[in-house]
Amino acid sequence: MVDNLIFLVVAIIAIGLFVWQIRKITKNINQGYDKSLADNPAERWNNTLLVAFGQKKMFKRPWPAILHFFVYVGFLVINIEVLEILIDGIFGTHRVLGFMGPVYSVLMAVNEILALLVIIACAIFLVRRNITKVPRLATGVEMRAWPKMDANIILTIEIVLMLALFAFNISDLKMAQLAGHELPGAFPISAGLIDLFGSDHGTLKTIAGFGWWFHILGIFAFMNYLPSSKHFHIIMAFPNVYYSKLAPKGKFNTVESIKHEIKAIMDPSYQPPAPALDAAGQPIVQRFGAKDVEDLSWKQLMDAYTCTECGRCTDVCPANITGKLLSPRKIIMDTRDRMEEKGEHPAIFKPNHYKEMGVERVKTTDENTLLRGYITPEELWACTTCNACVEACPVNIDQLSTIIDLRRFLVLEESAAPSSLNAMFSNIENNGAVWAFPASDRFNWADELYVTVKN
Amino acid sequence: MSEKRLIKVPTMAEYAANGQEPEILFWVGCAGSFDDRYKRVTRAFVQILEHVGVKYAVLGTEESCTGDPAKRAGNEFLFQMQAMTNIEVMNAYNVKKIVTACPHCFNTIKNEYPDLGGNYEVIHHSTFLQQLINEGKVAVQGGESFKGKRITFHDSCYLGRANNIYEAPRDVLAALDADLVEMKRSRANGLCCGAGGAQMWKEPEPGKKDINVERAEEALGTGATIIASACPFCMVMMNDGVKNKNQEDNVKVFDIAELIASAEGLN
Repeated sequence: MVDNLIFLVVAIIAIGLFVWQIRKITKNINQGYDKSLADNPAERWNNTLLVAFGQKKMFKRPWPAILHFFVYVGFLVINIEVLEILIDGIFGTHRVLGFMGPVYSVLMAVNEILALLVIIACAIFLVRRNITKVPRLATGVEMRAWPKMDANIILTIEIVLMLALFAFNISDLKMAQLAGHELPGAFPISAGLIDLFGSDHGTLKTIAGFGWWFHILGIFAFMNYLPSSKHFHIIMAFPNVYYSKLAPKGKFNTVESIKHEIKAIMDPSYQPPAPALDAAGQPIVQRFGAKDVEDLSWKQLMDAYTCTECGRCTDVCPANITGKLLSPRKIIMDTRDRMEEKGEHPAIFKPNHYKEMGVERVKTTDENTLLRGYITPEELWACTTCNACVEACPVNIDQLSTIIDLRRFLVLEESAAPSSLNAMFSNIENNGAVWAFPASDRFNWADELYVTVKN
Repeated sequence: MSEKRLIKVPTMAEYAANGQEPEILFWVGCAGSFDDRYKRVTRAFVQILEHVGVKYAVLGTEESCTGDPAKRAGNEFLFQMQAMTNIEVMNAYNVKKIVTACPHCFNTIKNEYPDLGGNYEVIHHSTFLQQLINEGKVAVQGGESFKGKRITFHDSCYLGRANNIYEAPRDVLAALDADLVEMKRSRANGLCCGAGGAQMWKEPEPGKKDINVERAEEALGTGATIIASACPFCMVMMNDGVKNKNQEDNVKVFDIAELIASAEGLN
């Protein structure tokens, strides 16, 4: 009875803490400007099924995809057992879902196999990060102390949680065997290890209790660790894919405020719509392009909370491959760090801040903005807008849109484009061509052109 | 003996003066109009248009930059000025269908002009050539034979990832009966030539290597003697990359339209 009460209190605190953190993150994301992305629900659900639930883009790299798939499915299925643990914990029942009979047996069996696969996959992931050092996971300006530690913490916790589950199952199974009754469910792996902890009832009971509590407390702790971690993607991947861009990747958004200005220039009778008003009834003056996080849309900020720092974007970036400073992953990680610096602290602890961790290898300034304070013009000007990063991202993050918005600020608000680009702009303005050729020569290519007449 | 005929490239203004409209507007683009190398692609494409007898016209001196490089560079203001001016011209001529040999012009007119009042059916010349071949209007014979020649196709980002056009240029090349080889990074995984995003008009940022050299090495690694492209900027970058590797005497860069015009014996 006391156990049940303690459990209930712990569960309420853990869930409450999680909700409190989620509200902070929501507030952070809402620093971004509003943008309606409610169109085409059918297509959006389709993308969510394929890309988020179906992991379609993960399979561009099959080996990590298969291992990740084990962990992903393990997470989904093992949650059913977590539900049982919650009910058992609150009401003092024992394996309450056991009434489902054969269904429960299959569920528990699948659970055990998945738990083993999760352990194997996480172990291989640890090796990839720390021993074979897969370049995209081990190197890069943004892969400073915290992201590496974060990854190792996640993988270790997942392994330990699964081990706790096995400890509970093995000792539970052995106690049932000793008592001569049958435990509901089937436990193919624990059954093979049934004698692991000996046959002393007291010891077994302690281990089972410890395993059970450790597993559930571990899950509560892990849940509250998520908002501080890249592992938050397990939640954010789904809404992020749902709200991802449906238009062809080549379409960059149209800046509406500029459209009204130009229409007014071309047609003096054109009446631009009245500017939107803020809560105090003052017109909202929006910058052209983005200097800081509030100049990005909520979706661009949501991207930052979805990133799991896998580095597939950076790994295919032509600028990064050829040694330029640009790393699309850094753009997204910087956005998250800046969002938390400027807005709320979602975390119980404060691990994410760029400037507090590791050596600073990109020459940022002391400006308190995303641009220059985190992301430098040199990085932005290295982008070829090739969309390789966007194509590579397993959770449909649009790194390119943020790069372009930051570029827009440099050009439109600061006139700070590289001088050669300014020359190109003047050519377009003066002669309607990207090069300094007179417009009157535009049709000269057609001179003296012959075609062979075939019979 | 086949004879050669002088082409008088028709303009939209001439069509309008006769109270007529062509079926299709050929959008030439800045590179197609001014870049000496790409002018040859424009001319090859016009030879094909003339050969199949499609009713086409160009804007001639009324054409102006689409604004694409300005937009990629962050200059949304200049982009929209250009776009709205071009849209005014094209809407005045009641343009319905546009073909262009430039993936950047293609992308911006197709995807970004509609928001500004320009709604057209836009096709890239790779898709257009694919249709001509499929319809049998271009037989791909009577000219230079590419049979057995090793060709590799370099995907343009603004054709490929930006608009999911991967097969059309490959289908066109397949009609040459050549030995088509793929680079390791191709289609959706294709590596940019390095010119996109207005990089064409600036020096690269500091780094270890130029992107076009990285890509040219990959293309040369296939053993191809022809690198086929479908974009004016890719063409410049790949040419420079091949020169950087001192392979310009052994490996040539051609646009798919040039290869078809040549195989058809139109030049």
